Amino acid sequence: MSFSISLTVNGTRRDVELDDPRVTLLDLLRERLDLTGTKKGCDRGQCGACTVLVDGRRINSCLALAVSLDGADVLTIEGISRGDLLHPVQAAFIAHDGFQCGFCTPGQIMSAIGLIQEGQAGDDPERVREGMSGNLCRCGAYAGITEAVLDAQQSLLTADRRRSA
Amino acid sequence: MKTFDYFRPATVSEAVAAAAQPGAAYLAAGTNLLDLMKGGISRPGRLVDVSRLPGLDRIERLPDGGIRIGALVRNADLAHDSDFAKTYPAVAEALLSGASAQLRNAATVGGNLLQRTRCGYFYDVASACNKREPGTGCDARGGENRLHAVLGWSEACIATHPSDFCVPLVALDAVVEIEGKAGRREVALEALHRLPGDTPERETVLEPGDLIVAVRLPGEARMFSAHARYLKVRERTSYAFAIVSAAAGLRIEQGTIRDARLALGGVAAKPWRARQAEGILAGASPGAAAFRRAAEVTLADAKPSGDNLFKIELAGRILVRALTLAAAGTPQRIAALPASPFSSVSGALQNA
Repeated sequence: MSFSISLTVNGTRRDVELDDPRVTLLDLLRERLDLTGTKKGCDRGQCGACTVLVDGRRINSCLALAVSLDGADVLTIEGISRGDLLHPVQAAFIAHDGFQCGFCTPGQIMSAIGLIQEGQAGDDPERVREGMSGNLCRCGAYAGITEAVLDAQQSLLTADRRRSA
Repeated sequence: MKTFDYFRPATVSEAVAAAAQPGAAYLAAGTNLLDLMKGGISRPGRLVDVSRLPGLDRIERLPDGGIRIGALVRNADLAHDSDFAKTYPAVAEALLSGASAQLRNAATVGGNLLQRTRCGYFYDVASACNKREPGTGCDARGGENRLHAVLGWSEACIATHPSDFCVPLVALDAVVEIEGKAGRREVALEALHRLPGDTPERETVLEPGDLIVAVRLPGEARMFSAHARYLKVRERTSYAFAIVSAAAGLRIEQGTIRDARLALGGVAAKPWRARQAEGILAGASPGAAAFRRAAEVTLADAKPSGDNLFKIELAGRILVRALTLAAAGTPQRIAALPASPFSSVSGALQNA
């Protein structure tokens, strides 16, 4: 049995023919759409390396069946910069040493973008840490990650205010 | 992962008919099911994708003051619904103490109720497990079992139900609306999950094809909003299942407890309602003596199923702590570390 689905990935419509319903969103992105920025860590929803935004919400792409997401809008790490201009969260991860080996970083950054959009953490580092607890970092860059999220949130807020002023 | 047929029904009745076939399973977000399928623990031949069934993603206020939560409402959306969180603070706190933000964004209300145990032997297909393969035995009995059940367990199975959400729900008399082959019926959440006995593979009272369409809280459940807490001890600060947890709701008038709601999580194959303790608390004055007595009667029949005697003492203390915090009053805002007894109190941002 084969399934035709259509997704918007990083702003571009992608029509995909799936010959197997077992394909997860993660495997679709990496193996069929050549978007390997999203990482496969545990593949079981425990590490957060595969975090992407689906319809604006952060989820674990390893635990979502692609066939079930027909019509969804997907944003991955490849879709957040504007050309050479990094997304504020990307820039903040560099400025605050929010990574070492970098494997968990795409998931951390997508999770941070989701967290900031959810607007629940405010400027409380404890709430940021709690909100980011679904993303593990084996290098232990957590201190830098928390600073990066708080800093990026501040610069996004400032940019928002400037736009609405 | 074993391959399967994929079917997306357009209506509830189409879904029920498709899922009543042998080997079929419902798929909503799949946050637990896909994990189980990847590990070979669940091997459905057909997935019936209910994630887009119309009308099941609403939160509706009922004329009797109660609330009806559609089975497809996402855990995060329910927890962050400000009216819901204000009216049922222990439920919101329980939701936010479970899993991670990514999983809460996907996981549904119905799926949360039907999530499977996290017993390591259930997950390991090389181990004997009566729940996964009836009649094979239980490797947890003589294995690593410090986190296993202390109430309601049997020789056949000592697994626990992992849900946080279900604990305050069962305390507040939640009712589950089910659509099945014979039409619509209702079951109290307290009666949805079964204790293992000799048939641990039968985890709920649901029949093939039964679909949970909504969870309802009765009007009285809102009477506890001023004094309600959920507390959960974990092996790490966040993103872990409960070792033990407790939900407590009190209605206090003129310094006396008029009515109490109490349940434990992580101790049995179902969320454990503490009705006898509720009876003791009604009419008592809120304080350590009454709370300790409530814990004693709740755990009077508890016994270790292995290396987990400590859980009985821990459950009693968490119950007393949850009652103490509930009596002190629901905080204005859920703490930075929801449900954590180790929530840091340093700094003014604790409940900012």
